[in-house]
Amino acid sequence: MEDEDVLRIRNLSVALPIGADRAHAISDLSLDLRRSEILCVVGESGSGKSVTALSTMGLLPRRLRADSGQILFKGEDLLRVPPVRMRGIRGHSISMIFQDPMTALNPLMTIGKQIAEVIAVHGGASRAERQRRIYAILDDVRLPEPERIANAYPHELSGGQRQRAMIAMALVLEPAVLIADEPTTALDVTTQAQILRLIQELQAGHRTGVLFITHDFGIVAEIADRGAVMQNGLLVEFGDAEQVLNRPRHPYTRSLIAAVPTLAPNRCARTAVARELLSVRGLEKSYSSGGGLFGRSARVVRAVHEVDFTIRRGETLGIVGESGSGKTTVARCIVRLLEADSGRIELDGTDLRALGGADMRRYRKRIQMIFQDPYASLNPRLKVGRLIAQGPLIHGTSLDEALERAYRLLDLVGLDRRAADRFPHEFSGGQRQRIGIARALALEPEVLIADEPVSSLDVSVQAQVLGLLADIRERFQLTMLFITHDLRVAAQVADRIAVMREGLIVEYGPVEDIFGNPRHPYTRELMDAVPGKDWAIPNADDTVARPSDGG
Amino acid sequence: MKEFAGRFLAHRGAVLGGTILALVLILALAAPVAFPGDPFQRVGESFEQPLGPFLFGTDSLGRDVAAGVAHGARTSLMIGLVATVIAVVAGSAVGGFAGYYGGILDDVLMRTTEFFQTIPTFVFAIVLVAVLSPSIGSIVVAIATVTWPPVARLVRGEFMAMRNREFVQACIILGMRDTAIIFREILPNCLSPIIVTGSLMVATAILIESALAFLGLGDPNVMSWGFMIGSGRTFLRTAWWLCAIPGLAILLTVLSINLVGEGLNDALNPRLRNR
Repeated sequence: MEDEDVLRIRNLSVALPIGADRAHAISDLSLDLRRSEILCVVGESGSGKSVTALSTMGLLPRRLRADSGQILFKGEDLLRVPPVRMRGIRGHSISMIFQDPMTALNPLMTIGKQIAEVIAVHGGASRAERQRRIYAILDDVRLPEPERIANAYPHELSGGQRQRAMIAMALVLEPAVLIADEPTTALDVTTQAQILRLIQELQAGHRTGVLFITHDFGIVAEIADRGAVMQNGLLVEFGDAEQVLNRPRHPYTRSLIAAVPTLAPNRCARTAVARELLSVRGLEKSYSSGGGLFGRSARVVRAVHEVDFTIRRGETLGIVGESGSGKTTVARCIVRLLEADSGRIELDGTDLRALGGADMRRYRKRIQMIFQDPYASLNPRLKVGRLIAQGPLIHGTSLDEALERAYRLLDLVGLDRRAADRFPHEFSGGQRQRIGIARALALEPEVLIADEPVSSLDVSVQAQVLGLLADIRERFQLTMLFITHDLRVAAQVADRIAVMREGLIVEYGPVEDIFGNPRHPYTRELMDAVPGKDWAIPNADDTVARPSDGG
Repeated sequence: MKEFAGRFLAHRGAVLGGTILALVLILALAAPVAFPGDPFQRVGESFEQPLGPFLFGTDSLGRDVAAGVAHGARTSLMIGLVATVIAVVAGSAVGGFAGYYGGILDDVLMRTTEFFQTIPTFVFAIVLVAVLSPSIGSIVVAIATVTWPPVARLVRGEFMAMRNREFVQACIILGMRDTAIIFREILPNCLSPIIVTGSLMVATAILIESALAFLGLGDPNVMSWGFMIGSGRTFLRTAWWLCAIPGLAILLTVLSINLVGEGLNDALNPRLRNR
């Protein structure tokens, strides 16, 4: 491998507008990217990793400005080149792929036209030559039938195909540097695995330097040659991937890695002596779209088909699956946010589906839910104390008593009692999720349904929230239905696991069986797709830095 | 609240509009004191020039134009406010239920709304006032009837978006009743666009009222700006001030309300501005 640096970032500082929570988005950052390597920049939200990518492309939002340092690309300082030159470099020598291919592609142009545009603006090639290169690159990114894809609009492709098209667009001119800003975060795990493999192959084939921005250490383990860890705008660790992952030097890196859940189930399923509390039998739910007054036939999608499971008191069932697998629909049918088409949902022997409005309201106390998005799940106009007290108030508790309970719950979820007088927007994502948990607990439910409760949180916050959930589950003997797309999380929280695909439960069993001996091919595919599955996360005690590793 | 006031005051047009509007309001409130008695009363010679014995001169029957403008301000503002309040309440209720429940109820309510929207606004208002016979009450009803549909559509859109927000679903799961969810959870979160639309509707209502009065469909017992312009229009070439002064009053009032509405919009939706 050549060690020639294609991109050198030297002492880069980017100032934040006055009044932001810190003065610099990134300060004094020095990094270099070699030809033909994948360099992963890892960090939590707000660490400055995306700002690094954007300043390299000259795409910083107007509020931000690089106030010192250099970004050297083949001897040219990208911070100081005139706009005309920068346009010549973008797309031609340095290109970028984004997190969400749906918004990054123009919805009104076919894929072929968008790629042709890239070639055309960099002064390239006859029509026939362009056509040839488009088909070639679409074939390179493993899109089936390049001719058909070239004539398709973005909405006609799946998420994974769109990301492939984006990659094709970025690589068609064989740039020396590819910047990838969380390109797989919006994708399902199996698609993510394919895209990661594709990026790796293309990178090796074209000898591209890839600057890969991610929040996921699993991805670092999967593809990186070298890794850089950022915290609050500072580069805290930079080295070979193997060293960063297994022998991290900086305490922050160590704490991040310790927060990554391991794939090994952390306990055995408790012996099933407890009574069945929640049982779902033959649950069916279809959505129909289209159709209507003028007799067009409606398109019917079977979201949930023949779903059966039971949860015993005190047990946690994890439902895992990719998007569109029907896992969220199951949760919503159980709490009757959606009406199932048929089947039984029995709580302690009572069929919830048969209950009328007033009876159902009484049963609602016993099943509560935690939502995915901590920003959307709290009413922005209510103070936190009131939010938590809401449930008991509805069910006839006096205001004083409900507020008293809210205070106790704030203690329980690890927030200050003074939080009760503040509004949700004053809290961070993790704190809001704690508020959401307190609200669900205020009714003292027996069953807690958690729909991706940690998937929008940073890994260290995620670990704290998972810890809190484990703690309250033990303390209140809660029965939990935990929905997640993340197998690592599922391995940590669940006693038993149901794997869903296209509305069906394809495999169902104790967590150690599912992880130790997956039987269904789809389960195996999911397991294989987990990024960094072969990386044994070092034990926190083993990762103490050894000075001899310096270099 | 402090932040809101700060953003509103930072908007120069809004401050100007607010000042003018305050002056009009003071004028309306002071009318019975400043110009006691009936504004239809003859007080001097006909066609006195402005800045003569009377500040704004007199009309063909010797009535004080200044008294008319002051008392007209009461009528205009009162009708504008009351009609808007009715329209906003009715529109919000229809839009709220349609947006929250969806389905057949939504279809029925929205087709009804569209029915109202297909009739040209002003013609509809004329017909209503003519049928109900001109009076303050019928004018208010007519204006409210022709202006509620846009509010209903706006509120329906907001409710449809809010309906699927997780905090609303959390309330359903807590066991909250629909009416409580609609009025206590969702409505407060939709207030900013409703306030902004409402403030602009006051201006529209004043214009409709003036136009009705101009056509002779105003309440004959109440002085209004539209009536003054209507009765002065035949003397436009000899006594310009009969139309110009109440016309200017309408212009300033409507302009100031629009400026205030714009200021409210920017202050309530600060994120839209900081682009």
